[in-house]
Amino acid sequence: MHGPSTDWKKDYSSPLKELFGKWFFILYSIVYASFILISVLSPSLMATDVGSLNVAIAYGFLLIIIAIVLAFAYNHFCTRAEEMMQPEDDEEVI
Amino acid sequence: MYYEASGWSILIFVAIVLVVLLISYHFGRKTKTSSGYYAAGGNIHWSVNGIAFAGDYLSAASFLGICGMIAVSGYDGFLYSIGYLAGWIVALFLVAEPMKKLGKYTFTDALDAKFDSKGIKLVAAISTLMVSIFYLIPQMVGAGSLITPLLGMPHWVGVVLVGTIVTIIVATAGMASTTYVQFMKGGMLIIFSIALVFLIFARGISTEPDQGGDVPFRGFTTIKTISLEPYGIVLEDSTYKLIREYTDKEKKLRFLKLEKDGEVTIWRVNEADSLIDETLYVLDKSDGTTLYNGAPKEAKKFYQVGHMSQIGDEPDGKTGTLDVFSFIEKIKNGTVVRWSKHVLMDGADKLSIYYQNPTPGREVLKPGQKFKVDAEKGATLTNQIDFISLMIALFFGTAALPHILIRYYTVSSPSAARKSTIVAISVIGLFYVLTLYMGLGAMVNGVIDLTNDNMSAPLLAKSFGVLIFSIISALAFATILGTVSGLIVASAGAVAHDLMDKLRNKNLSDHKKVMYGKFASVVVGAIAIGFGILFKEMNVSYLVGWAFAIAASANLPAILMVLFWKKTTAQGVIASVTVGLVSALGLILLSQETYNNVYGLVGVHAPVQINNPAIFSVPLSFISLVVVSILTQKNRKNGINAINDDDNNGGGIDKNKKFGYNSK
Repeated sequence: MHGPSTDWKKDYSSPLKELFGKWFFILYSIVYASFILISVLSPSLMATDVGSLNVAIAYGFLLIIIAIVLAFAYNHFCTRAEEMMQPEDDEEVI
Repeated sequence: MYYEASGWSILIFVAIVLVVLLISYHFGRKTKTSSGYYAAGGNIHWSVNGIAFAGDYLSAASFLGICGMIAVSGYDGFLYSIGYLAGWIVALFLVAEPMKKLGKYTFTDALDAKFDSKGIKLVAAISTLMVSIFYLIPQMVGAGSLITPLLGMPHWVGVVLVGTIVTIIVATAGMASTTYVQFMKGGMLIIFSIALVFLIFARGISTEPDQGGDVPFRGFTTIKTISLEPYGIVLEDSTYKLIREYTDKEKKLRFLKLEKDGEVTIWRVNEADSLIDETLYVLDKSDGTTLYNGAPKEAKKFYQVGHMSQIGDEPDGKTGTLDVFSFIEKIKNGTVVRWSKHVLMDGADKLSIYYQNPTPGREVLKPGQKFKVDAEKGATLTNQIDFISLMIALFFGTAALPHILIRYYTVSSPSAARKSTIVAISVIGLFYVLTLYMGLGAMVNGVIDLTNDNMSAPLLAKSFGVLIFSIISALAFATILGTVSGLIVASAGAVAHDLMDKLRNKNLSDHKKVMYGKFASVVVGAIAIGFGILFKEMNVSYLVGWAFAIAASANLPAILMVLFWKKTTAQGVIASVTVGLVSALGLILLSQETYNNVYGLVGVHAPVQINNPAIFSVPLSFISLVVVSILTQKNRKNGINAINDDDNNGGGIDKNKKFGYNSK
């Protein structure tokens, strides 16, 4: 595979970040797929009460919240990976 | 419905459009290079880019379409919110950083980075254009919907207005102005949506919503029946004269056309209660005129609807101030009067009847009113596949939308691309939670215009006063301006950068490349205006669902495989994009929904019963890529040797140019 050639600074943390990305993606996919499956296979479960809300709305909100939480966690791990794996004199400027 | 413009709304509208144009003018003067035009010079700060992402993404589909669909169908509209947001996970975890590393201006650059294949450039540019146009249609439809109540002008004026303003913006300034317009309006949209939701909570719910006292609640008449015999119905009130009876045996629906004092009305037979219920109807006559409840639009006989017939444990039919939880709870424990639509041919005239459909709150707040998923309620396997297919398209479509992908090139580095995506996810996630409350708010506040559910959220705002209505509508309009600009820049990039420069090896000068881009913008803008007028009656979120399906089928398999499968060949990518594009588009054009709403064929069975193609077209696209790549492995090795040879003798691809990053 052609890496970025030329003057782009080598990103030593790339493989690790890709690994994080894949696992976070798989994790979220499972939660999302379960939501679709419950909607199709057991619609009555979706109407079950969860406090003032029901499963459908609570699960929907949860999918949004999980997405945000995972996004921040991913950024945290990636930033750490970049800091730890980038040589001192080669720091990335944003 | 008939709308009259107010001074406030015109003033605020003009002000916001002027600000947008000023921003464009300001950045337009600075934009001289193609990097400036297509990627804002690659130096937008990630936080600004993140909000601009949200601005791009919270388009007409999100604000108008989702709220409208929730107002009419309940929870099913919220499924779009969930799917649209989930799509960002694919964008963030798999696509954001690698895309930024590989590309320069367009998605084609990134896809083609390893291969330098003319075929890839061609199919990727075509697919960018197709997805952009399909995404542009709903934006234009939304613009038309907004302009009517805002300025009191017909639908087509809105479409032409947006098309013209945006084409001016894009043709003068490009990506930098688009970014700042999106940033400004993305932020304001969130702030005012939060305000609107608080107003909904403060008002509470009533069984007789009167729009804050502005429009008295209009009750609905019923007439008792003595006999229900088919074609021999007898009413208690004998002053009504029966003109005609319509029966749809398949759907078990019976309607009566009655006349009293020269006024023609349509009623639905309610056999369970031995009653007939008043309906609303629109008659499209064969001579081109349209009657609303039997009169021209200006007579204002077609009124807004949406109320609860019973609210949980509230005996006097009115609640006090509510909150995020109690608002849902009151609807859950009550009954919402939803409105269903039935279209039939009355001689040569097309008759659209909107009839009351009281639905328990519990049903409204779970999937199943628009998308049939419950086998116990008669959902077939086809219905269920259709639903799964939609959710797949939303999940995989986001990361493959050209106007989202090009935004990765406006920031300076891969990590900035990642951070701006995270800002986007947070802001968009918050907004999507708000859509549920705005949609349900419209559902119970008597503000729905049945002929145009896209207007539900702005009309809800109108019930709280003209000022907030004007601001929200003008923002929604600016939203459309921004999204359309982004799409047109993406399309222009596909034409000028991918097709003209790279494919035909014209090696255009920087100046010419920008010029071709601007010319392409004008053409794409004109096409979008035409389609916007043609697709007037469709829910904009539904249309966007199609754009997602095409993007997910044509672009995403190729993007993912290029990034993560080393054996991918140029031929494999070409096959994948072509098969994905053709199969998704073909299935859409032959689907029942297209037959009914686009071609206007009533009572015709379409060859394809599934309305969302992704469940077939995405795997098909993946399979094509894998099979063709395996079959062409030999070419791949030869191809790579050839590229290396070119490098050795100094000709061929100029890598510096190809991966031309800013060396920040």
